[in-house]
Amino acid sequence: MKTVGEIKAAIEAAVPGAGVVVVSNPGPSAQHSLLLAHDRAVQVAEFLRDDAELALDFLSNVTGVDWLDKEISEKVKVTKPVTNTVDGVEQSVEETVEETRKHVEPGYLEAVYHLYSMTKKHGPLVIRMRTANRTDAVEMPSMTPVWRSAEFQEREVFDLFGIVFKGHPDLRRILMWDEFKDHPMRRDYVEPDDYEYEPTAHDEVLSRAKAHQQLVSGQ
Amino acid sequence: MDENLKIELGKQGVFVTTIEELYNWGRKNSIWPMQFGLACCAIEMIATTMARYDLARFGAEVFRPSPRQADLMIISGTVTKKMAPQVVRLYNQMAEPRYVIAMGACAISGGPFKQGYNVLKGIDRYIPVDVHIPGCPPRPEALIQAFMTLQKKIDEQALTGEDRPRHLNEDAPGEFPVPEFGEHDLEPPSNSGVWTVPVVIK
Repeated sequence: MKTVGEIKAAIEAAVPGAGVVVVSNPGPSAQHSLLLAHDRAVQVAEFLRDDAELALDFLSNVTGVDWLDKEISEKVKVTKPVTNTVDGVEQSVEETVEETRKHVEPGYLEAVYHLYSMTKKHGPLVIRMRTANRTDAVEMPSMTPVWRSAEFQEREVFDLFGIVFKGHPDLRRILMWDEFKDHPMRRDYVEPDDYEYEPTAHDEVLSRAKAHQQLVSGQ
Repeated sequence: MDENLKIELGKQGVFVTTIEELYNWGRKNSIWPMQFGLACCAIEMIATTMARYDLARFGAEVFRPSPRQADLMIISGTVTKKMAPQVVRLYNQMAEPRYVIAMGACAISGGPFKQGYNVLKGIDRYIPVDVHIPGCPPRPEALIQAFMTLQKKIDEQALTGEDRPRHLNEDAPGEFPVPEFGEHDLEPPSNSGVWTVPVVIK
């Protein structure tokens, strides 16, 4: 199969303005992936499926990843004027101070698709899509119109991560019940406090069981 | 009746018994389980019924596909919160006398999935369980042990008095409330008439 870089070039030749970015994997597997832009994603997917050389006709796996908001602190050298009084005379001196600046990089939800070719017997090609954030803009185009096998797996990603797939024919919960609120595989999911009976508690369970005991005895 | 007299009469060819003994003997040797499996423990349950382990020796080989005809419910596997209302509903549909074996770590406590968001921490929170078997999964021998324990339990039941079986007690609950799906958990999280928080002794 072509390398990820070559596939990216082929996509850009076939779909103008595709906006595909290579996400490199620094690990020993070196399984680089392609990050698709939302507006051209379905066209790119159709190209990957229908192109005679790639013929990625089989979507084997869809999964979700939750990337939390990341707080990044970096040290920056800042030069600012400082007024000193030396021997009764005011002097303005420029001093360089090291400051720690913090900024929050917003988190996002990500869907990862693994593509194979049954006819050419090659693969996988990993493609990804990301939402704008984790709270209100959690939409991305559905791949179900391109690969039918995405239907149930996208429902699962919707159920557990809360990604809303635009163009999905039947986007309902698949594992949890319909009345369920929240998305349990998100990293900030808080499970219900059902730690009333923990005979062999340890670590996190022990602390949650103790907190439950305090809550019960406090009432 | 005096045991020695009974043995003496038996030697003379006179068989003496009580209604209670006869009734319990009949009950304990025809426990028909419900054909119902939840997870990997069900594979061991199936193996138990096959020729090698031969559950038919205990009069329990007829797995009934309908809860109306079944006497025993083997909770064989993980009870997810989504499945729990259906399990309770099936139990409600069974006719008395009925028994429950909770098979495996998941059915008795949630097992390795106990801290998961989707697994019930033991079916005994909603329905009365007669025999618990630990194991992940329990071997067929363990399930046979559970059958024999249940048979012993039935055999020792008195038909009158305080300890009489539930189907002979008019005040005993016949229907158990089916939990509803809540926003994060089942509502209620347990049936207080069946399960109370055990005291942990350290």
